[in-house]
Amino acid sequence: MTTSLNVEALRQAFPVLNQFVYNKPLVYLDNAATTQKPYSVIKRVQQYYEHENCNIHRGVHYLSQQATEAFENSRKYIAGLINASHSHEIIFTRGTTESVNLVASSLGKLLMKQGDRVLITGMEHHSNLIPWQQICHENGTQLLVARINDVGETDLDHYKYLLEQGPKIVAITHISNALGTINPVKEMIHLAHTFNIPVLVDGAQSVAHMQVDMQDLDCDFFVFSGHKVYAPMGVGVLYGKESWLEKMPPYQFGGEMVDQVSFEKTTYNSLPFKFEAGTPNVGAVLGLETALRFVEKTGFEAIAAYENELLAYGHQQLGTIEGMRFIGQAAKKAAVISFLVGNIHPYDLGTLLDKMGIAVRTGHHCAQPLMDRFQIPGTVRASFALYNTFEEIDKLTEAVRRAVTMLS
Amino acid sequence: MTIEAIQQQIIEEFSAFDDWMDKYNLLIEMGKDTPLIDAQYKTNNHLITGCQSRVWLHAKYKDGKIYFTADSDAVITKGIVNILIRVLSGQSPEDILKADLSYIDNIGLKEHLSPTRSNGLVSMIKQIKLYAQVYKLKMDN
Repeated sequence: MTTSLNVEALRQAFPVLNQFVYNKPLVYLDNAATTQKPYSVIKRVQQYYEHENCNIHRGVHYLSQQATEAFENSRKYIAGLINASHSHEIIFTRGTTESVNLVASSLGKLLMKQGDRVLITGMEHHSNLIPWQQICHENGTQLLVARINDVGETDLDHYKYLLEQGPKIVAITHISNALGTINPVKEMIHLAHTFNIPVLVDGAQSVAHMQVDMQDLDCDFFVFSGHKVYAPMGVGVLYGKESWLEKMPPYQFGGEMVDQVSFEKTTYNSLPFKFEAGTPNVGAVLGLETALRFVEKTGFEAIAAYENELLAYGHQQLGTIEGMRFIGQAAKKAAVISFLVGNIHPYDLGTLLDKMGIAVRTGHHCAQPLMDRFQIPGTVRASFALYNTFEEIDKLTEAVRRAVTMLS
Repeated sequence: MTIEAIQQQIIEEFSAFDDWMDKYNLLIEMGKDTPLIDAQYKTNNHLITGCQSRVWLHAKYKDGKIYFTADSDAVITKGIVNILIRVLSGQSPEDILKADLSYIDNIGLKEHLSPTRSNGLVSMIKQIKLYAQVYKLKMDN
């Protein structure tokens, strides 16, 4: 195998990986759920609380100004990394779920009225499904759902057909958390724009695995979570085009997001503060910047190339197991392998893998309609990150083989 | 046999094995002995939904005792269903209500009864106790 990543050195940077579970070295293959954190991120958060902790944007004193500057520098860095036009197009949230809820609520109020609908795909995570479903229900309608084909790709003809039905908003995942499918979002965004429909892209699964460019994608909104890209939990990003964010009403109300307040009336602060009510998670934002710098320094292309090798090797090795069935075999796939073996229930397989020190996810992956599409109760999902190794895939394969023998 | 006596019996059966694999092999085998729910009852009315695996449970009251039959789509869940039913089926509502189920910890299967496991087992125990409560009320009246 050839790779430009020094994986052994990278692994040393992640303290969690260096431990035993049930007396076996931990094999962590649940990265689509959350990634582990490198020392640099942990130290950054620690340093913030040891030396910099302060409420931001309001104090005249030294510490507050320092913390405010660090926080706003993180925003600038992230805006640059994803190639946003302005740093005020970056809104900090608690995560992908809150970002989607913010857009659904606020853009929903701006654009949708009785009878209006939202278009999604059949592979959405519940967090990019239920907020839109609620908006549709409030308007007396149902979601428009683009079909998924047998290998787990979005049926683009059906997507085009649904665009012609006049949805007011399109919300699509960049990468399916359950299948690994990489949607052709650039093409899908372009198609939606020919009908003048704004598009939100759920990037929860993509940011750790590829470089995203807001100008190139031309999406109207892009959302992601810190914790899936080696950053702390409880922080996420909403990118929105300035033109939309300016027009949208605030989502939450309180301190920080206001300009003038009297008991009769309040005028709202400018972007991005209009959407950042209350004290933000400053430490986590600084940790997010550190994590993204770590990914950038490691190299998006090198990471993607290495993870593709892991994916190919995983398919090849697991494919030697009798009865192996891969759920999701899209031509373009991220490093996620969802599978079933024979008639074995994923819960049984996952339980035995756990006993062998292997952390995988089992179940419906918060994508129940997608599992219904394939008429399965769920899958076992192994998802890889830059610190996983070929040896770990060998261990996974051997463990699956042992579990299958026990369960057959 | 009393609930305690059956629990002791199960603890002894498991204590013969040190290795987790042997324990799980025994659990999987035990699942196969589950008193199976009659096909006519294997419906959504008798379904206890967990996020990960599903359990069907049926209760029948006869001569002061409750008899349970069940099934699950996952064999490890089914094994635990069986070791719960072996202890609680054929007992009086009163005994079921006061039964201490900590023997599951003693055989090293505690994690399966964690509420976060979402395999339907915690809800199943609640359902069993609920049946016992209902039949106890009926008896008292």
